[in-house]
Amino acid sequence: MSAEVKPRVADVDVRLVNVTKMFGDQTAVDGITLDVSDGEFFTLLGPSGCGKTTTLRMIGGFEQPTSGLIELKGEDVTFLPAHERDVNTVFQSYALFPHLTIFENVAFGLRRSGIKGDEVTRRVGEALELVQLIGYEKRKPAQLSGGQAQRVALARALVNRPAVLLLDEPLGALDLKLRKQMGIELKRIQREVGITFIYVTHDQEEAMTMSDRIAVMNKGHYEQLAGPETLYERPTTRFVASFVGASNLLEGKIGSDGESWTVTLPSGDVVRAPKNLGDIGTGGAIGVRPEKLTLLEPGQESKGNRLDGTVVDTSYLGVLTQYTVEGAGGLRLLVSEQNVDRTTRSDTWRPGERVALTWKPEHGFVVGDSKSA
Amino acid sequence: MIAFLRRRPGLLPLLLLAPAIAWLVAFYVYPAIQMLQASLWSGTLETGFAFSWANAATYPEALGRYSDQFLRSILYAAVSTVVCLALAFPLAYTIAYRAGRFRTLLLFIVIAPFFTSFLLRVLAWKTVLGDDGFLLGPLKSIGLLPEEFRILATPIAVIFGISYNFFPFMVLPIYVSLEKIDRRLVEAAKDLYAGPARAFQRITLPLALPGVFAGSLLVFIPAMGDFVNAELLGSVQTRLIGNVIQSRFLVNNDYPTAAALSFMLMAGILAAVFIYARVLGTDELETGIG
Ligand SMILES: Nc1ncnc2c1ncn2[C@@H]1O[C@H](COP(=O)(O)OP(=O)(O)OP(=O)(O)O)[C@@H](O)[C@H]1O
Ligand SMILES: [Mg+2]
Repeated sequence: MSAEVKPRVADVDVRLVNVTKMFGDQTAVDGITLDVSDGEFFTLLGPSGCGKTTTLRMIGGFEQPTSGLIELKGEDVTFLPAHERDVNTVFQSYALFPHLTIFENVAFGLRRSGIKGDEVTRRVGEALELVQLIGYEKRKPAQLSGGQAQRVALARALVNRPAVLLLDEPLGALDLKLRKQMGIELKRIQREVGITFIYVTHDQEEAMTMSDRIAVMNKGHYEQLAGPETLYERPTTRFVASFVGASNLLEGKIGSDGESWTVTLPSGDVVRAPKNLGDIGTGGAIGVRPEKLTLLEPGQESKGNRLDGTVVDTSYLGVLTQYTVEGAGGLRLLVSEQNVDRTTRSDTWRPGERVALTWKPEHGFVVGDSKSA
Repeated sequence: MIAFLRRRPGLLPLLLLAPAIAWLVAFYVYPAIQMLQASLWSGTLETGFAFSWANAATYPEALGRYSDQFLRSILYAAVSTVVCLALAFPLAYTIAYRAGRFRTLLLFIVIAPFFTSFLLRVLAWKTVLGDDGFLLGPLKSIGLLPEEFRILATPIAVIFGISYNFFPFMVLPIYVSLEKIDRRLVEAAKDLYAGPARAFQRITLPLALPGVFAGSLLVFIPAMGDFVNAELLGSVQTRLIGNVIQSRFLVNNDYPTAAALSFMLMAGILAAVFIYARVLGTDELETGIG
């Protein structure tokens, strides 16, 4: 968690300072501090129950922090009620008003802020055009498909041109194909309107493809806040390494050898990673992503880190083949190899075959001490 | 049978409706026809009754003679409905959203009076509201109320009795429709700049209208036919059309007039319900339920 608070700059849209939320004696959000900049697609990613929705609801004004500060555009809104905040929400359940037409649903916020007549018609039209729902004005929400309802919810929020749009798993109710399609759509719309998005999801793929920055949350706080590439290539905690993509974590006795961290595995093998990848602390580990590993015949020469093992499982996935390799001392490593040189399945490594695993030390990553138990 | 139905799928709904239709015919349509017939009788119990279409004159005659009681019934029923609505909505709202773990208990209290007989409850109120009952008696003896002040035998007492007796019929439907409303809709309204009052007016109230509609009918219709409250809590000045029908039928044995009045009461209620439904808008009702 990057605890240092950067000086306030003009383009900070949303700022949380040490925000904590307790429900009874249970801590739902545990001292979150972060800045979201103007026009950013910011994502809160984390497993179920880690406090994403609660964090979002506090920004929206539906929940008040037990302690801490929330600022919108430099203004303290910690205790401002929802209807007075320049923020709109796309709810997970959409929460479309069932008794109103699509037009009136979208016009709801405009009417409440005193906009009248032609201006309403024009702006609702624009919003519906943005989400490609022209011609649905007279329908009721019950007459829409899930994807359409989702887009109405988006239009209903965007039409107000809020400073910040909050989205709580807006694609959660859609099937996989529609979810991908709507994800691309969302990103397009965000770029077009230039509004800051704070997006909540537990789907790491969704988060990776859409976000400018992601805060990976666990148990009420975030463990790492970074862009998608950094999160993937340089995860700094065990939790992030395993929640975002697949990882092999090599645990053992930590040491230092010149420019490298060393980890001595229980088997006696030593693996290395350059110190400039991060601080291993006293209880960290070295990790490596499956696709960074290369499989060799046991006798083949190699440089860098090397472990010996036996293939225990092979799954052919089209683009790549995934292997599970068991090393000395029961260590299991996941390896994926692109199917470039191979044309048939018979060319893959078979369970039972002895192999050597190698990777360049600079292709690994270093996770530090775990933050919480 | 099954094979036959398979060939004629249109018959299935008819078959399913058959018991209900049979019931309606036996206990509603048949008595109604009988009553229509009776309303066109002339004569007395002693001389015997004779049917003739010419006796249709009974209708305008009865209407003219008892128009006061008719209008009074409409007035009392309407006022009672409004009183019930005004009291029931806040109560139902509180039970639905604010009562927490007391919800079931409160609902039970609302329907608890149903566990004693209707007549007994009205008689109890007669005692409570009595001129020197335990409500007015002490107030009079300490001089807070003049000696001649009374509630019993006034329109207030009758309207109070009707409102009291039909109150649960208003609370329950409103409670059900409020309870069904997704609270996230209210959150969404607040998100879209609606303050609490606006959110109530635009979201909660329209979505609760089906309950208001059902509750109002459930109070208004029986109130229109009431005679027990008027009889026990009222006076000659508060006689309702129900009292007239009752006495014409059972006391005077004037079956034709009683039947004609019953028919007009039924027609009147149907007309009122129809107008009410039109005014409130059935469209809103459908979507409110859906
Ligand atoms: N109103 C509430 N009362 C009590 N506990 C709550 C309340 N809302 C949330 N919690 C608790 O706070 C924690 C965080 O909940 P939250 O809804 O923020 O999780 P989430 O990250 O959004 O999870 P999901 O992905 O399942 O939606 C959970 O343990 C939850 O049980
Ligand atoms: Mg959630």
